Amino acid sequence: MNNHMEKTEAVRDRTLFQQAWRQFRRNRRAMIGLFIIAFLFLVVVATILIDLFTNDGVYTQYVVKQNLANKLAKPSLQHILGCDEFGRDMLFRILWGTKYSLLLGFSAVTLSFLIGGPPGMFAGFYGGKVDNIIMRVMDIFMACPFILLAMAIVSALGASTLNLLIALGVSGMASFSRVARAAVMSVKDKEFVEAARAVGASDFTIIFKYILPNAMAPILVQLTLRIGSSILYVAGLSYIGLGIQPPTPEWGAILTAAKIYMRNAWHISTFPGLFLVITVVAFNLFGDGLRDALDPKLKK
Amino acid sequence: MFRYVLKRFLLVIPVLLGATFLVFSIMEMTPGDPARLILGNEATLENIHSLREEMGLNDPFLVRYTRFLTNMLRGDLGTSYRNNLEVSKQVLQRLKNTMILAGAAVLIAVVIGIPVGIISAIKQYTAFDNIVMMVTLFLAASPVFWMGLMLVIIFALKLGILPAAGMKSGFPAMLVSLILPAFTLSSNTLAIIARTTRASMLEVVRQDYIDTARAKGVSEYRITVRHMLTNALIPIITIIGISFGGLLGGSVVTESIFAWPGVGRFVVESINFKDTPSILASVVMLSVFSTFVNLFVDLLYAFVDPRIKSQYQSGKGRLSSK
Repeated sequence: MNNHMEKTEAVRDRTLFQQAWRQFRRNRRAMIGLFIIAFLFLVVVATILIDLFTNDGVYTQYVVKQNLANKLAKPSLQHILGCDEFGRDMLFRILWGTKYSLLLGFSAVTLSFLIGGPPGMFAGFYGGKVDNIIMRVMDIFMACPFILLAMAIVSALGASTLNLLIALGVSGMASFSRVARAAVMSVKDKEFVEAARAVGASDFTIIFKYILPNAMAPILVQLTLRIGSSILYVAGLSYIGLGIQPPTPEWGAILTAAKIYMRNAWHISTFPGLFLVITVVAFNLFGDGLRDALDPKLKK
Repeated sequence: MFRYVLKRFLLVIPVLLGATFLVFSIMEMTPGDPARLILGNEATLENIHSLREEMGLNDPFLVRYTRFLTNMLRGDLGTSYRNNLEVSKQVLQRLKNTMILAGAAVLIAVVIGIPVGIISAIKQYTAFDNIVMMVTLFLAASPVFWMGLMLVIIFALKLGILPAAGMKSGFPAMLVSLILPAFTLSSNTLAIIARTTRASMLEVVRQDYIDTARAKGVSEYRITVRHMLTNALIPIITIIGISFGGLLGGSVVTESIFAWPGVGRFVVESINFKDTPSILASVVMLSVFSTFVNLFVDLLYAFVDPRIKSQYQSGKGRLSSK
């Protein structure tokens, strides 16, 4: 009995995120996702640090320098994943490519949220005409298939890493408007909003200081769940030549070249794709786990 | 019912207007002078100027947009900068091929995805279910272009049983050349449909009316199809509709890998040539196509979900049906 009382006391003391973490930790699949993501981030940090300390020495020596003697070398003990069409070690190229997929995938989704989130929040907060106008504009963005819209933007602005980011950010914003709108609508009639209004807080303060933190859970879930597909879009656009350009070892860009050599070098096309799949699976598992942990509807 | 269909049709018009305006404005930002592009570097300033005048490039933005719109309604999407051919003809011809590819991919995804999802739900936590969940997890995360390369390496280069690229003419030959691209394009959607079907079936599997049906002695097959699936269908249809936009996007990449003569490959080629009218026309046509597919999905709801149907029935009908 006493024990039971202590337990409920402890539950009451935990914040939403502590509670969510407890839930998350028990989810084995989600933890696998988290470990893979943590490992990939380690790779990103390590490659950036190595480039910093060796003054790009390792990068130029192993990642971009051509060595035609090893052209299309099959996987071996010296080159575990083999070599590409210019004799560059595939393992080095893939490890150095991690940062493009991870950082760009992450930044594109964040940018989508930064552009699309606020209009959605205003739409949800004010309702009525404002809501109608904002959401109809977003419907128009939703009408164009995502990757085509991104392609049109990149082709108009020119292919570069920054333009790729802008294109993906703008193309993805509409779905974040929807999520942010729904999230704001679900909390805007709560008492604390009324209390804030009663003490004379401005609409701006109410939306960003009071509503947003309380509506963050579904937005955060959507953000993580979208990183996976965002990584695939970065790779996809680079694959068709509208994203990151060779010799930068982005995974999608590596696959473009691989296509030409698939007849006699299966390993160039296989491994970058495998890394992509594992990365995306990890983010999907992590996102699913986060949703289960944060979504009060499923928690019960 | 008619009122619902009409309302949905009318709602499509402003969205399409907006979408054409959006794409037109984006393409407006393309640097470079189309007249110079067409005439080449040796052209004199005078020639360039007269061509600009002839093409109406000197008119204000809104005038050009309105002209583009009215021409489009007449079926004229301009001429290509690349080969001076009519864009509308080229795009429409390719749109047919893209529809064949996308249609086949949806068909594969539905025909395989739904039954697999159903069996997985009925046999939850068995070996079959675990394998399905594992495979679909990876299929859903596989980039289309990588999937395409892998299938080509396995089935065309190693086993040599299917063609690696191109669209063969003639009916049976075309179908054979369709197999690899269609499976490539359907892979993500198939996985998502299977997972959604499973989740959606699991929600209805423990409902009381299923127990009731079983108690009445209804056969297991009939329970699964009539009692469970009809009730689980709405989320499945939603996900098919949502996936379609992604499928059209995926067709861009798939067509490039398999040299499939569709709109997607045409866009990529046009972008490489900076052929703005062709890019504009293709993106607009694909957006129109996907908007109509979404409309179709919305209308499908009305047939599957009696709640929507009853909202739009006349007052009398609604009362008597209650």
